[in-house]
Amino acid sequence: MTSPLERKIKITGPVVVTANRVADGAVVYRSPDGGWTTKLDAAAVATDAARARAMIAEATADDLRAVGPYIAPVEVTESGERRPGNLRELIRLAGPTIDLPVTFGI
Amino acid sequence: MYVYDSIDRTFVAERVAEFRDQVARRLSGALTEDEFKPLRLMNGVYLQLHAYMLRIANPYGTLSSNQLRRLAHVARRYDRGYGHFTTRQNIQFHWIKLEEIPDALADLADVGMHGMQTSGNNVRNITTDQWAGVAPDEIEDPRIWAEIIRQHVTLHPEFSFMPRKFKICVGTAAHDRAALRIHDLAFRLHRNEAGEAGFEVMVGGGLGRTPYLAQTIRPFLKKRDLLSYVEAVLRTYNQFGRRDNIWKARIKILVHDLGAQAFAKEVEAEWQTIKDGPLALDSAVVAEIASRFVYPDYETLEDSPAEFTAARRADPQFDRWVDNAVNNHKKPGYAIVTISLKPEGGTPGDATAVQMDALADIADRYSFGEIRIGHEQNLALPHVAQRDLPAVWRALDALGLAIPNIGLVSDIISCPGLDYCSLANARSIPIAQELTRRFRDLDRQRALGRLHINISGCINACGHHHVGHIGILGVEKNGEEFYQITLGGKADDHSELGTLIGPAVPYGKVADVVEDIAAAYLDLRTSPDELFIDTLKRTGIEPFRDRVYAAH
Amino acid sequence: MPLIENGRIVEDRYVRVAADDPIPERVPVIVPAQRFLAEADALIGRDGSLGVDWPNDRRVAELEPWLGHLALIALNFPKFKDGRAYSQARLLRETYGFGGTLRATGDVLRDQFHFLVRAGFDSFEVKKPADAAVFAQVLARYSVYYQPGADGRMPALRRRLQSEPAPKIAETV
Repeated sequence: MTSPLERKIKITGPVVVTANRVADGAVVYRSPDGGWTTKLDAAAVATDAARARAMIAEATADDLRAVGPYIAPVEVTESGERRPGNLRELIRLAGPTIDLPVTFGI
Repeated sequence: MYVYDSIDRTFVAERVAEFRDQVARRLSGALTEDEFKPLRLMNGVYLQLHAYMLRIANPYGTLSSNQLRRLAHVARRYDRGYGHFTTRQNIQFHWIKLEEIPDALADLADVGMHGMQTSGNNVRNITTDQWAGVAPDEIEDPRIWAEIIRQHVTLHPEFSFMPRKFKICVGTAAHDRAALRIHDLAFRLHRNEAGEAGFEVMVGGGLGRTPYLAQTIRPFLKKRDLLSYVEAVLRTYNQFGRRDNIWKARIKILVHDLGAQAFAKEVEAEWQTIKDGPLALDSAVVAEIASRFVYPDYETLEDSPAEFTAARRADPQFDRWVDNAVNNHKKPGYAIVTISLKPEGGTPGDATAVQMDALADIADRYSFGEIRIGHEQNLALPHVAQRDLPAVWRALDALGLAIPNIGLVSDIISCPGLDYCSLANARSIPIAQELTRRFRDLDRQRALGRLHINISGCINACGHHHVGHIGILGVEKNGEEFYQITLGGKADDHSELGTLIGPAVPYGKVADVVEDIAAAYLDLRTSPDELFIDTLKRTGIEPFRDRVYAAH
Repeated sequence: MPLIENGRIVEDRYVRVAADDPIPERVPVIVPAQRFLAEADALIGRDGSLGVDWPNDRRVAELEPWLGHLALIALNFPKFKDGRAYSQARLLRETYGFGGTLRATGDVLRDQFHFLVRAGFDSFEVKKPADAAVFAQVLARYSVYYQPGADGRMPALRRRLQSEPAPKIAETV
């Protein structure tokens, strides 16, 4: 599998860089200040391939905090709200689409 | 069941300490993810969509009640109060934090459990039939041999970095309940013409992108030679399995490319040089392992005790459950109880911590403290006295675990799919849930009879869809979820891979398609006694295919 | 890249000779496999210890005719995940009885030390100095193994038969 750094990056719309946090596996997004945020609304958005490539390169180098970064599509509404760009990203952000087993009273 | 001694416990404790150190080095940056990943996989730690996932080994699917309680504790303390039983007799926790895994593993080590080699390019959990040791039709307990192999391949210095994963299965019953032929290496214990017990050796099974059924490379292997033969197969694979392409790296590809005969020749040549060395199993060693399998102190009982037969007559629901979920035991007066983890609308194979704790209590009271996990993602109580069946049923029913759907259409095998898994292309659990709702009527399920549905969310086939009577494989087309339908797969003595019936169908249509297939079966069968899989064999897939694609 | 032998960091006595360099006199040398096979007779006759760099995708059986003349065989882990050299090492030690130095080269990290030792390696070109520094410590961590290994430790199966029957410890909880 080619590394994100070598892969030709072609984007057809706004994208974010997303990964999982090392310590607990939580879904995180690369933020404009070079950190990681769990909030999609605070994620840095790239609209061209060069920027996306730069973001993924930085994210990949930040192996200490986040693992497996990749470029994911995002929808940006007119009001600037971000929404996940496909079903997989929706599930990553919002959790499984099924009811988890009832576990209150455990 | 096998009782750990101080050697086993020391082994696990040392590995927990090692992994704790590896996690610390990962968190500090001393290890990169590239360096850490194979190490965490060796301990069963995956990274999934939302979180890490921890897979704990249940060697040959046998658990004590204390172990089950400890799994409940891990679910509560480190996860979200539930766990998922898998198609390889393991259990998975889907919400685990890396920084807490060493503590979780330490808690599990206390009861002799671990996540070693439930992932990674090594030898995985050795599986067998979940009725091992109690089934009337087995010639001897296969778990002894599974344990001998398990110890040998655990952190084996030569076979911890193989081209790909390696799955071994040991079976011994007249009927294959363990799906031998979908394993990389399988041993079928049987008697030869001279009456001697030994193993048929089969190699090269495996599902996924290029599914194959295992081929017999040696019809009879003496018990004494089991370990040296395993070594020879693994050594051949380790040296010559492909490492250039992850999709071509399993031993099934090597066997297929060389041909079974050439492959066997390579193995036999290697085996000849080692068979009389330290791996030859003498009776002392085998007896020692066998002696650590503790069997219940069964009472001498009669079959069909009065309280049991009376309860069957008095309560049709109890009677229906017995018909469906209770099987004969090798000891008179006893029975094997299968516990359905396939409730309507539920996730196949999931159990909550509450259920696990309660099951542990039931096992203590009624099953000599022992539980089994089946590859169909159901559990079993292997030693229930028939006179206790009414009480066991009531206790299971109170937990929602007494649905009499074992082997029926709503007893679905499913991988976690896109709701959890980073490898998935499509969701599988909602498909399973919708099917359990469509087929909720138990009379309808009984009318349909034995009908196995297997669902996989991607080509890795963790749901074993290739060997489902109805196989459902999730694919992605233009960002939408579609599902390929196969028919006619089987994972028993006459294993077969299913046949694709036509173009993939969209998410919203899958349940309709399955209903069409069920309806077609009812129309086509010669009698209610002709099983779905037999009707299909007789008619071929055409009438089913026509029905499905005519309607849609 | 630090070299570990006998549990500690040592100077490498061997000189690695490239495919077409002249071979120095009277010093231990390691030559690449291709060259070794082409010039075997001359190399064996030479005054000085002889080692060969053997790739992990060639059968070690090819070396059998010369094992008695080789002081060292260097086996390779191009990535530590590529475990072919473990099989090569065990074959050399156990099937062919090679008694010289078996050196692990390539992507050799601390998490593989105990596998390497048990497979029969006794010389290690360790990738990270930090790992080399803890070699002995790391090995001391493990007291139990299930398999017979080249390090001579008794495997658990046999150990049990030797000792008093170990108390069967039921689950503590």
